[in-house]
Amino acid sequence: MSTMTIAKAINEGLRATLANDPKSFLMGEDIGSLGGVYRVTEGLKKEFGAHRVMDTPLAESGIIGTALGMALRGHRPICEIQFDGFVFPAFNQITTQLAKIHTRSDGQLSAPVVIRIPYGGGIGSIEHHSESPEALFAHTPGLRIITPSNANDAYWMIQQAVECKDPVIFFEPKRRYWLKGEVNTQESPGDPFKAHVVREGSDATLVAYGPLVPVALAAANAAAEDGHSVEVIDLRSISPIDFDTIEASVKKTGRLVVAHEAPTFGGIGGEISARISERCFYSLEAPAIRVGGFHMPYPVARVEEHYLPDIDRMLEALDRAFAY
Amino acid sequence: MGTAQQADTGNSRTSAQASTRPQAGTSAGVLRAATVGPDEAVQLLDEHGAIHHDATFSPYIEKLDPEVVRGFYRDMAIVRRFDTEATALQRQGELALWVPVIGQEAAQIGSGRAMNKADYAFPTYREHGVALTRGLDLADLLKLFRGISNGGWDPRETNFHLYTLVLAAQTLHAVGYAMGISRDLAADPTTEPAAVVAYFGDGSSSEGDVHESMVFAASYDAPVVFFCQNNNWAISVPFEVQSKVPLVNRAAGYGIPGVRVDGNDVLAVYAVTRWALEHARDGHGPVFIEASTYRVGAHTTADDPTKYRMSAEEELWKTRDPLDRLETYLRAAGLADEAFFEQVTNDGDELAAHVRRATLAMGGADIRQKFATVYAQAHPLVAEELAWFENYEASFAEENTENSQTQGGAA
Repeated sequence: MSTMTIAKAINEGLRATLANDPKSFLMGEDIGSLGGVYRVTEGLKKEFGAHRVMDTPLAESGIIGTALGMALRGHRPICEIQFDGFVFPAFNQITTQLAKIHTRSDGQLSAPVVIRIPYGGGIGSIEHHSESPEALFAHTPGLRIITPSNANDAYWMIQQAVECKDPVIFFEPKRRYWLKGEVNTQESPGDPFKAHVVREGSDATLVAYGPLVPVALAAANAAAEDGHSVEVIDLRSISPIDFDTIEASVKKTGRLVVAHEAPTFGGIGGEISARISERCFYSLEAPAIRVGGFHMPYPVARVEEHYLPDIDRMLEALDRAFAY
Repeated sequence: MGTAQQADTGNSRTSAQASTRPQAGTSAGVLRAATVGPDEAVQLLDEHGAIHHDATFSPYIEKLDPEVVRGFYRDMAIVRRFDTEATALQRQGELALWVPVIGQEAAQIGSGRAMNKADYAFPTYREHGVALTRGLDLADLLKLFRGISNGGWDPRETNFHLYTLVLAAQTLHAVGYAMGISRDLAADPTTEPAAVVAYFGDGSSSEGDVHESMVFAASYDAPVVFFCQNNNWAISVPFEVQSKVPLVNRAAGYGIPGVRVDGNDVLAVYAVTRWALEHARDGHGPVFIEASTYRVGAHTTADDPTKYRMSAEEELWKTRDPLDRLETYLRAAGLADEAFFEQVTNDGDELAAHVRRATLAMGGADIRQKFATVYAQAHPLVAEELAWFENYEASFAEENTENSQTQGGAA
């Protein structure tokens, strides 16, 4: 056991991958000597060489397209997209090429490419640096999407992403990069595509992922002061979604609230609400309620506190659920 | 007549090559010229079937066994026959669409035959001629157009990647694959040296992925040959809308040697591509070839060129036909007799008959196989939806059984 930040945990996870898998390598913008704009890859170029930690030209489509080509040759590229809002030049390569190569080849080819993307807001940054585009990728069959909310998951899930035979988008909760936690480097937390119940409760189920998991836990603590027992689920995997774990929880609690930073319309919360409504119709005491961003481009930093779901927004949603 | 260019990159590797490779600047392809004019291209066999000499590129064909040259003709003729058959299959409703290759046979056979077995090709969706040179059963190409598979063959068997329909996306895959070859060589020097050919056209040359692929290829000295078939038309849009200069002139901007070749001259295409592949395989980095050719047919069987181009232009290009000029040469040089050409016609008919038989025998596709190949690892949502689908399908089976029992009882 050791204590480290999420950024350091990802760094250590990448270090372990580079040491264990000679076919793996990192590629991205400014990830070498600089160590990435968030220093997540700090020290890795020095340790493994420029061959294993490649600074690329500033071309996102080029990063993903060449990564796919290298994967076809048997290599294991781990790409970094510098910020969430900058992934779109690569959207074509990710959705029309990377996601489809396995099925287009009738299962003969696979493209085990990992794409790391820092995502989410709350850091007071400028335009295109605070977005949550996960639903756009979740809608694309062929991709897997995971996101850690704590250091232990960050350490293990990045390694599990590289081991996966499918392309994996690894969303990193950038405003939690400096959140410290215990990391058990000896024992993995298991299947990266399974959700975890991180707080048990009996009156409502609150589902969150990535940067909002700590907020959800704080909201559950606050609700407890009002006498409500709220179960919190850390989704961990956005595609596939572990509906079984959510279903089991909602059948126990009878209420479901889903929270994410991305706009609620067409979002992951809507998908969870719909499927759980089908599975748990007779167990639900209230309709599933979503907490998320508004239907607007991510707003300027001076007003982002009004946009981002916080403890009060989650409590308000829980109150609505309890009112039925 | 022929012109080529090579950017002076100041790269020591580039200058080092001069000692072991054909001397740049001594050929008709002036490898250090800054630009080429619109009519300048390396040509070794002109439209009248006459041979021309080029100091850099002629050596690649002078030692060729006549059997190989006859093979070029045979390949081109067979692909043209195949193309005719596929068009007929589309017209008869057996294919949803077909993408004719007629007119571009020399560009494809010349470049394809220049590749070694270990080299790897990333095609667009029109590289039927290259497919032949890589040893594919051409009937497999039709699976895509018959709606049976979005691929149709195992690329690892022939080093011929699947067709890519999103324009220019494959140029990046080609560069990545080439970078992978470099990584393998660095990790294990006994790796067989190989190069990659990235096929694209004048239309897709405007795509950003072509730009990014050339930036990556140049930056990492990737062993890749960019082979652009400039067939003058991107569906209905003429080349002039894509570029104000010959595309090969763009190569210098990336620090990549560029060669413009008469794409209807199979000997020149073979020689230039062979040269380029050696350059790449030997560790000197990428090469850009612009093969000047013409899309004699429609873009696809859904297209109507009479709406956007003059028949006089088509007639002009017919005088530059890649097969006619090689036939003239082979006959004049006494390298092929009437029996050879008859045999080629028979071989083409035989292949066409095979392709027709194979196409009609292809059967349908199985959606269960589609469920099975979305992901390489088990996926709960796919499993859940497949289970639902099986139940749904089974419900009809039960219904049918009940119906047939009812009917049977009535009878």
